[in-house]
Amino acid sequence: MPALEWNGEQTLMGGGAMYDRKKLAGIATRRKKWQDEELASSLRKSSPRLQRFSTVSDEEIDLLYTPDPLSNFDYEEDLGYPGQYPYTRGVQPTMYRGRLWTMRQFAGFGSAEDTNARFKFLLAQGQTGLSTAFHFPTLMGYDSDSPRARGEVGMCGVAVDSLKDMEILFDGIPLDKVTTSMTINGPAAMVFAMYLAVAEKQGVPFHKVGGTIQNDILKEYIAQHAWIFPPEPSMRIITDILAYCADNVPRWNTISISGYHIREAGSTAVQELAFTIADGIAYVQAGVDAGIPVDKFAPRLSYFFNAHMDFFEEIAKYRAARRMWARIMRERFHAKDENSWKLRFHTQTAGCTLTAQQPMNNVVRVALQALSGVLGGTQSLHTNSMDETMALPTEQAVTVALRTQQIIAEESGVANTIDPLGGSFFVEQLTNGMEEKAMEYIRKIDEMGGMVAAIKQGYPQREVADAAFHFQRLVDAGKKRIVGLNAYRSEEGTPIPLLKIDDRVEKQQVARTKEVRRKRDAKKARGCLSALKEGSLTPNVNLMPLLVDAAREYVTLGEMCDTLRETMGVYTDPAMF
Amino acid sequence: MATAKAKGKNLEAAAPKKAARKIRILVGKPGLDGHDRGAKIIARALRDAGVEVIYTGLHQTPEMIVSAAAQEDVDGIGLSILSGAHNYLFPRIIQLLREKKMGDVVLFGGGIIPDDDIPKLVKKGVDRVFTPGTPIQEIVDYVNDRIRPRK
Repeated sequence: MPALEWNGEQTLMGGGAMYDRKKLAGIATRRKKWQDEELASSLRKSSPRLQRFSTVSDEEIDLLYTPDPLSNFDYEEDLGYPGQYPYTRGVQPTMYRGRLWTMRQFAGFGSAEDTNARFKFLLAQGQTGLSTAFHFPTLMGYDSDSPRARGEVGMCGVAVDSLKDMEILFDGIPLDKVTTSMTINGPAAMVFAMYLAVAEKQGVPFHKVGGTIQNDILKEYIAQHAWIFPPEPSMRIITDILAYCADNVPRWNTISISGYHIREAGSTAVQELAFTIADGIAYVQAGVDAGIPVDKFAPRLSYFFNAHMDFFEEIAKYRAARRMWARIMRERFHAKDENSWKLRFHTQTAGCTLTAQQPMNNVVRVALQALSGVLGGTQSLHTNSMDETMALPTEQAVTVALRTQQIIAEESGVANTIDPLGGSFFVEQLTNGMEEKAMEYIRKIDEMGGMVAAIKQGYPQREVADAAFHFQRLVDAGKKRIVGLNAYRSEEGTPIPLLKIDDRVEKQQVARTKEVRRKRDAKKARGCLSALKEGSLTPNVNLMPLLVDAAREYVTLGEMCDTLRETMGVYTDPAMF
Repeated sequence: MATAKAKGKNLEAAAPKKAARKIRILVGKPGLDGHDRGAKIIARALRDAGVEVIYTGLHQTPEMIVSAAAQEDVDGIGLSILSGAHNYLFPRIIQLLREKKMGDVVLFGGGIIPDDDIPKLVKKGVDRVFTPGTPIQEIVDYVNDRIRPRK
């Protein structure tokens, strides 16, 4: 470690820096002496376990962190206070003392009836919000009776084709009291329209409906890949939603800007942070370009991050994310409303870290990951179930996952105080490093012309694929050790029971959707579709009211999407590897 | 690319380095799931190991996969399925291969596939199913050992 180089401008005593310059210089000198003598002599006697210590993202980590590199560290500027700019320590002044994070388990399988029963079970276990997993045909905008849906109905989520399914899905669940998050992107507007139509049927006015749609199409192109339309028309639908919600559904979180899937696809922590914030910048810019004042929609943007295995790296990522977003929103977009500056986020533990080998160990992985989310100040949390590398979770497995959160909340004591790791030499340096590296990526993406242009060039896709390949090589070479996989192996089968999806779901669902089409007012349904087509061809027409009309008339998701496929085109995978 | 030298499997097995052409594998993502991390890693690793790789990209129907396999004249097809639809997609692709008289193309795959389903898939003609956590080298070795250029 080189001795500190002092720059006359960077006065430690002025500008709010919190360490005394003389003392810091002394620490740097004594640290060097300790390294050269004590440490060196110890290393001569026994060499370290590894030649190089690095995070799961393969960022090198020092043996020891001391205050001397934090020469410009300014408490008030860099951290501040919870609920105040730049929100490094948290977005609420009381954090978990006021209210714990929302415990929100992502659930959906089989038919709407199956998932409705799971929702009610989870609410009865003390879960405080709902989160819906749709099956792949819904995610891709196909009805269950489409040839594209064969073999997939109800497998990876719940089948939703029309308002009929949504009515069953939320039967007995009051939509003015429970908030629902829906993981839906390509057809987000259509599914949201159906949700609003259910609320209307329950007698809940739109301004009382709260929840979230993921609606983050940019990360679909980068990582999750459930897209329908090309980037430009997709961005138009998104700005339509931003404008519609600002006027009609003010409690709705319009985009959940998601790093989760980017990370699952194999990115590093820095890439997850950088690409997600760059996506956020693209949405804000699109909203502003569409003529919506920034403070009218930005407070309803939220984020969604992965909680991966490297404990401190993750905590630093959440802290850096809050500070970056606050600065970007205030300095780049000149937002005036404090709520536009606040990065609120959901966290999910990392599915890709779970192992099929010795699956009970996954409970421990999830607990550590969840703890990083809580120490990082998350607003809501999903904990994965131990069986999720093999199937959708059983009731028993999902209960353990939810109980993990409850133990963290009620027993561990970590929710008693705010940002308990703030001020740690290690965590602060990691946070700063994370921000610097992510900002470098953002500058590069800006130079390419923003995220839409970068995606078209395949830039973030390539970066993620490279990182995924690099990590796999490290695992295969034994340089990253995973318990049960390439270390501490034992020969045993799967000792836990798995959820099976009934084969009959597909048949029943296809029959229901055909019946919906038979029973509805055919003329009205046709009228809605031609209005939608017309609207999509007319600039400055907001598609949301047209979609809500169509949902009310039981127009199916596939029909809405097919109509727009005709006018907007479809996106296909560039298939790079 | 094909030369007269490589006629039978025995000849190639005896001198694999002299094979008429590289092994040609189609890496496919049938169905609607978007999880391509595994497929891309395997495609790269096979390419690095000297295999000629054709990657279909996402969201392929069984018909699209088989038609690409025919067009590219591949020796093996590796499918990655993480959607739970494997019990439909594998048998459907086998059926289409047989209809096209391509039953000798070796079909293998991997993904989120419960242990209980594997014997059933093998019985239907899937040559090998790899489960999560398989080292890449194991798959590369399998392709090199098991698959030979068809002509």
